[in-house]
Formats: sequence, structure tokens, C-alpha cells
Amino acid sequence: MDVLYKIFIEPFALMGSAPDLLVQTVWEGLVAGVLYALIALGFVLIFKASGVFNFAQGIMVVFAALTLVGLHEKGVPAWLAVILALVVMFGLALTIERVVLRPLVNQPDIILFMATFGITYFLIGFGESVFGGNPKVMIADELYLPRGVTDVEMLGGRVSFQHLDVAAAIIASVMIAALAVFFQYTRIGRALRAVADSHKAALSVGISLNQIWVIVWFTAGVVALVTGIMWGARSDVSFALEVIALKALPVLILGGFTSIPGAIVGGLIIGVGEKIGEFYWGGLLGGGIETWLAYFIALAFLLFRPQGLFGEKIIERI
Amino acid sequence: MFYRDAGQYKSSYAADRAVFPLREDRIGLAVILLVAFVAIPLFAGDFVIKTVMMPFLVFSLAAIGLNILTGYTGLISLGTAGFMGVGAYACYKLTTYFPGVNIIVWILASGFFSAAVGVLFGLPSLRIKGFYLAVATLAAQFFLQWCFIRIPWLYNYNTSGAIEVPTRTLFGVPITGATAAIEVRYLILLSAVVLMTWLASNLVHGRFGRMWMAVRDMDIAAELMGIRLLHTKLLAFAVSSFYAGVAGALLVFIWLGGAEAGDVFAIRQSFLILFMIIIGGLGSLVGSFMGAAFISALPTILKFGLPAMGIPIAGATAEHLNFMVIGALIIFFLIVEPHGLARLWQIAKQKLRIWPFPY
Repeated sequence: MDVLYKIFIEPFALMGSAPDLLVQTVWEGLVAGVLYALIALGFVLIFKASGVFNFAQGIMVVFAALTLVGLHEKGVPAWLAVILALVVMFGLALTIERVVLRPLVNQPDIILFMATFGITYFLIGFGESVFGGNPKVMIADELYLPRGVTDVEMLGGRVSFQHLDVAAAIIASVMIAALAVFFQYTRIGRALRAVADSHKAALSVGISLNQIWVIVWFTAGVVALVTGIMWGARSDVSFALEVIALKALPVLILGGFTSIPGAIVGGLIIGVGEKIGEFYWGGLLGGGIETWLAYFIALAFLLFRPQGLFGEKIIERI
Repeated sequence: MFYRDAGQYKSSYAADRAVFPLREDRIGLAVILLVAFVAIPLFAGDFVIKTVMMPFLVFSLAAIGLNILTGYTGLISLGTAGFMGVGAYACYKLTTYFPGVNIIVWILASGFFSAAVGVLFGLPSLRIKGFYLAVATLAAQFFLQWCFIRIPWLYNYNTSGAIEVPTRTLFGVPITGATAAIEVRYLILLSAVVLMTWLASNLVHGRFGRMWMAVRDMDIAAELMGIRLLHTKLLAFAVSSFYAGVAGALLVFIWLGGAEAGDVFAIRQSFLILFMIIIGGLGSLVGSFMGAAFISALPTILKFGLPAMGIPIAGATAEHLNFMVIGALIIFFLIVEPHGLARLWQIAKQKLRIWPFPY
């Protein structure tokens, strides 16, 4: 009975008696969720356009952040470092398209997935040998990211909002909006959507798949850079950030591999669910349940919708 | 010239269906077994056995397990390391409670525990497919890994938080623990791997193997032909996890002699085993061995081979270089031969058979 009480009554009683704590937890979950959503967004962009399940997205995040910080350490001014990091990401997209994707065209999905795993390994080794393996501090001040905390009195308590988190949420929203506009209203965006719908049909109306792939990988690289800056400002920049890529996977299956709104909603659900679960129920199980809770949340959704919340319906024919 | 099928007539259905229809293949297999069982324990040093042969054998077994699931049944799993861990911890608990029973019995029995866990996590595979399933199996990996660290009962409340392998004997000879000779441990490991490979070969060449392959090629079509999907998929999960569990128990008890869950049963290990079967060849037992040899030998070769060849590299650089080379090689092999080393081996054999007159 005691266990049942702890599972079903105590957490809710705590939520009711201290609503400010609940608000704080939800807010932190939302911020984490936005960052998960950004990584998932990179996945979705690439999966839609080229059908590649890009495991390397998490490493691209770290690599982009590391390039930025590493260049700044070598004496490059911050604004130039950002531009150079973008150039590096473009070069990376070009190389990946040339060296990896083009020879592997028409191979089964799992082969392409494995190839991105090869990219992951290569980037880890490459990044570490160029910039060194020790953790670095993100150049948050040089990039005019705010710091500090605002405490808001509400619901009989106080809830603190990190300025950096607010900025992260705003920047993420702006970027998602910009991407939506880019996809909806520009010529390249239309071509991207055409490729996502059907490779063959897109080819037949004269869209170059190779170009589109470079553009889409570059876009994913830009998303990775922004994510890297945000995430790096919250903690150090090192390859330990790699694990956050694994956190983006449940977000992805929750939202569906092919849906951008799905990535965002999925990210928020996972972020909030994870924080609330850890805070209210984690102690019961000995803590640290954050590592697998996200997967179980996603799995629970998946049992009812096997293609994710917003994914395209999977139709199978004989 | 020396590899010919001319003159070898098959006079019965059994001969026609044999796994090794060519006499040369059977001789080759016998030679390999002879070298593995006799020459290596006699002539190879401790270092070679410990850092080359034993990881190769352990990972071959795990790769066979994953190949049954991914290569033969078409269900991608990223939880292999977790299932290996279940086997290792089950074996540890069993031998703690029943020290009188022979450790080899427990190593094999621990496979049943991981098979049960595998079936449990395999249940969603009926509804979830492809990459969605792959990510779902990550739930198993992370949950099990969390269990290994957070439930002290599993490691007998040791202060180190790791499995401490006790000394156990077979016919009076110690085979686990600090006093066991490396050759004895090697022979136990080798025997287990040979036995289980033989079992796996019979499974995949028999009715179950054909059921699995039918499900892999198209599960709806297989269902229409009267194959029960639930049974078949769960059986694949059970057998696969059984192999992984035994491999995990062997890894801790025979090879490493004690291990911490955080390292050996981590997510990276799952990925490495998936690499092995993809580099080796999906749906091929020989490929599992080749892939395991490739992936488990590569770090050792880079670490000791390059300095020996006169290319000096420092420790940290070697580590970075290692990652880069593994990554580049994976991409290279996927581009050159997406069907893996097993296919290369087949092509080589075919070329040899018709040499020197290819037409």
C-alpha cells in the first residue's frame, strides 16, 4: 500500500501543494524539450529529403560548436568564427554528399544508417585531433547571449527563469519559423518538399538531387550549429554532448520521422515528461531514471500509433 | 586448381543440402578447428590469446545472436549489449546462490534469463517496424543499463559496484577467477562458441531459419502463407537474446574476469556489434565471424601494429586516429561492398573455382 501511495497520491499531492515547483519543473522540461526538438529537427530535415536516418546529427551539433569555440581560441573574432563555422558545415555537407551519399545511392536504409555511424566515428576522431579532447567553454558573452536569472513571484512561491533559457526558446522559435517560411515560400524550399514527396518525380521535373542533398545537409548543419551554441552555453562543449543525440531519438519516434511539427511537439512532450517523471517519481526508483524514461514514454505512444504522432501512415502492400 | 567441385557427386538429398558440400571446404574447416583448438593454446602467447582471440570469440557469439535477429529476421536491435549484461548478471546471481553447480551449466542457463527479457522487449516488434523498432530497442538498452548500476542486489552489494568473478572449477581445474590458466579459459570459450555456432547453423538452415527469412523478406506475405508472426518474431528475439546472454556471461566470467556494467554493456557496444554483422554480412554466420574479427582486431592492430611498422603515434593521437580510421573504414567497406565481407568471401571462392578459365 505504501508503494501505491507513493506512486499515485504523494506526487500529485506535492504538485497541488507547491504549484510553483510544478511550474519550475515544467519550464525546465520545456527548455530541454526545445533543445531536443532542435536536434530532432535536423534528423527530420535529412530524413525527409534523402531518406537517410542520420545518426551523425548529434555529432554534427558537437562538431559545429567545437569548431566555433576552437576557432575563437585560436584568436579569430567571434563574428568571423561563426561565419567560418558555417563555412565548415557547408564543406562538411558537400563532402558527405560527394563521398558518402552519392556512391551509396539506392542502397537499403540500414546501410545508409550505418554509413552515418561511420561519419559519427570519423567526426569524433577528427574533431578531437584538431581541437583537442578536453571540454571547452562556449563563448556565450562574445555572441551576446544574456546571462542572469529573473525570479518571478507566482502561486505562492518563486519561479526562476534563466535568461539564457528564455533566449534559447526565442531563438529556437525564430529559427523554426524561418525554416517554415524557407520551406513554404522559396524556390529551393519547394524543391526540397518535392524531393521529400518523391525522388523520381522530383528528378523528372529537373530538380538536381545532389544539389538538394547538399542544401539539406547544410541546413541541418546550421540547425546543428545553433543547437550547439545553445546547448554548449548551458554546459561545456565536449563530446560528452553526444548523449543528447540519443535523447533526440525518442523525440523522433514520438513525433514521426517525417514531420517537423512532430519533432517540436515530441521534443516538448519528452522534455516535460522526463523532468516531471524524474522530479516526482524518480526518487522512488533510486533516481537517474531520466536515461530511459524518455524511451518508455515514446514506446507507450508508439504502441498506439506505430508511425509516431504526426508521421505519415505506413501502408503496406503485398 | 586445388579448389574444384568437379568429380564430387551428390548421390542423396542429404548430401545435396549439406552446409559444406565441397570436400575442400570441409578440409578447410577441419584445419581451422585444429589450429584453434591445438595450435593456438600451444604456441600463441598469453597476450595474443587474451587481447586477440578471446574478444574475437566472445563478440562472434554476440554477433551471431544479433545476426539471427537482424540478418535473418530483419528486426533491427540496438539493445544487444543490454541483453549481454542480463546474461552476465544472471550467471553471477546463479553461481552466488548455487555455488555447487558447475559454472558452465550456469553460463549456458543464464542465456534463458536474457531470452526471457528479450521476449519481453520484443513484444512491441509486432506493431513497430524498421527504425522505429530500432529506437524502441534502445529503451531496453538504457533501462537494463540503468538496472545494472542502480540495483545493488544484482552485483551482491559489492563496494566496487562490479561483478567479482569467484573461482570455480571443472574436474578440479580452475576455469574462472584469478587462478585459472588463460589456455583453459580459452578452450572453454572456444568450445562454447563452436557448440553454439553449430546449433545456430542447424537453426538457420532448418524450418525456423526459413520462417525467419520469410518474415524478413515480407512479413505480411509470410503471415498469409501461414507463418504465425508473433511466434516467429518472439522466437527470433528469444534465440538472439539467448546468444547475447551467453556471450555476455562468457565475456565477464571467462574473458575479462570481472567487469563494470557502465563500460562493457554500454550503448557503444551495441553499436559495435551491429557494425560487426553489417561489415561481416547480414544473414551470414561466416560473416558474423569475419565482422567480429575485423572490428575487435582493428583497435589492437592500430595500437600495436602502426608503431611496429615504424609509424610512431602517441597514445592520445592513436585514440583519435583509431576513431577516424574506424569511421573511414566503415564508410569505405559499405561503399565497396554493402553486402559485407561474407559476400567478398563468396566472390573469391567463386573466382577460385573457375580459375584459370573464367568462361
